[in-house]
Amino acid sequence: MNKISESKYKDFVADRSKYPEMENGKPVIDLDSHKFTKIWQGPQHPGVTGNMSVEIIVNGDEIVDAKTHVGYLHRGFEKLMERRRYIQCFPIVCRICVPEPDTNEYCVSAAMEDLAGIVIPDKAAWLRTLNLEMSRVAGFLMWLGGQAGSLGMGAIGQWTVAMRDYWLDLFEEMTGGRIYHMYMIPGGVRKNLPLGFKERVLQTVDRTYKLLDDIERVFLNNAIAKSRLKGLGIITPEMVSEYGIVGPTARASGIADDIRINQPYLKYAELEMKMLTSNIGDAYDRTELRFQELLQSLDLVKQILNKIPENGEIQAKLPNVLHWKIPAGQTYIKAESTRGEHGFYMVSDGSKYPRRVFARGASYTHAISVLEKLAVNITISDLAALMVSLHTCPPEIER
Amino acid sequence: MKEKIDRLRKMVNVLQVVEKHPDLYFITLEGNQLVMALGYLKNTLNFKHLAFMQAVDYLEDNKFMLTYMVYNYELKANLGVNVFIDREESSMFSIHRLWEHAWQYQRELYEMFGIDFPGSPRVDEPFIMESWEEMPPMRRDFDTLAYSQKTYFPRPGRETNDPKEQMKKAKYPNYPDSPKIRRDDE
Repeated sequence: MNKISESKYKDFVADRSKYPEMENGKPVIDLDSHKFTKIWQGPQHPGVTGNMSVEIIVNGDEIVDAKTHVGYLHRGFEKLMERRRYIQCFPIVCRICVPEPDTNEYCVSAAMEDLAGIVIPDKAAWLRTLNLEMSRVAGFLMWLGGQAGSLGMGAIGQWTVAMRDYWLDLFEEMTGGRIYHMYMIPGGVRKNLPLGFKERVLQTVDRTYKLLDDIERVFLNNAIAKSRLKGLGIITPEMVSEYGIVGPTARASGIADDIRINQPYLKYAELEMKMLTSNIGDAYDRTELRFQELLQSLDLVKQILNKIPENGEIQAKLPNVLHWKIPAGQTYIKAESTRGEHGFYMVSDGSKYPRRVFARGASYTHAISVLEKLAVNITISDLAALMVSLHTCPPEIER
Repeated sequence: MKEKIDRLRKMVNVLQVVEKHPDLYFITLEGNQLVMALGYLKNTLNFKHLAFMQAVDYLEDNKFMLTYMVYNYELKANLGVNVFIDREESSMFSIHRLWEHAWQYQRELYEMFGIDFPGSPRVDEPFIMESWEEMPPMRRDFDTLAYSQKTYFPRPGRETNDPKEQMKKAKYPNYPDSPKIRRDDE
């Protein structure tokens, strides 16, 4: 016989006066009823991915309504670029995404080359591919630390950020800059590889493999991480196209769409890689998939290093870039960043200045439409984990 | 892709087709047929992913060009749909019923270009610029220089002092002046 029915709790009636009233399956939110509290998570909050904030209304510790606010980081890049010559756009575009600036550089250079009809040399394409893939590794390492940190595992964040620093050292050697590289310019790249660079990259790759081995054990196989991430923020395959979800977030829901494979750019067609997908679509699935993609990126870096030609031009001939007029037209260039489809739509009117440059940030919809939908009915403590698992990046939302 | 555009031609009046790449086409449509065309592209021709929608300001022609970029997962190709709308009474049909995230772009266009999308949810809610009272800033006739001069200059600065005098007054009031060294050339 059930012990509870015999116990002193058998006549227990829960006090539901603090519960919200439901109407058509949704709670009626009335802040004056004292059943709800409004909390701002961000813009200064350790669990928020950058300078954005989520205005949440909670009942107990359960979120009943969420609204994303951005604008703390708006620097008007798109407007600035309309008043600058094409070559002057480069110090601006890399700042659109701090952890992974190279995708911006590639898209803008490729858009200008596309409009002006410039073909870049073979070696420059290889160097760009290497640079993009290295930046994916650095971006994923930054994200991995954030995902672990959002569950209270701060040590993993310190490991991955330290490891990212080794990759930043390589970037410094390759491009001259640690965070913002400004390596890719129209027509090719600025520098050749330094002497002995390949060996140092391979050493760092091995070091990263070792670290990821540890992280897999302490984070992906961790019972707490599993129990908190599994079932959190499930994205169904139908939601992917409805909400404009891209990248690993979409692939974790079973949508096989990777630009590097489906519409290969630069030298990706010559590399061996397979589409990584999963089919559950919750936060744990996304975490695991991104982890696999990080391993894949390390493998791609090794492949690229083996295939880069020793000699060759790294820069196509350009007209005087200070008086460069690009023929009128429009184009859309996209690349696969760690967050997914990152694209630039560029319109030229034949003058020295771009008519319009629009940056399609990969997480533009992740942080607003998707987050506002998925945050409802989870607890406050899981909101940070959800936000990081969608890989939101505020600077590319408000540009 | 050409076959899909030919099928679209049977539905709506396609004014122009530009092949930029085999996997990137741009077409120009009439504004009043846009929602029908996008619905057909999404539901029948399988252009299910809306990558973005944006506006380009053609001040000299008094027009805005709206671009809707859609993507077909099977064809692995992008199609940009352009429509031109009047700049003075800028308003366009909303597509928030076709894509759940379209309202975000429409809210941004309302704030940045002043293009209205009647019926779009939260369209008049501030996106980036809370309490912005000027004209929409992405319009080409918005004078950024005049705005920044009006808003930020002249800004009263801090009170400044001559460092030498300040040091003497605040730190060493009793310290005598060092004797002036006479140089030969004086």
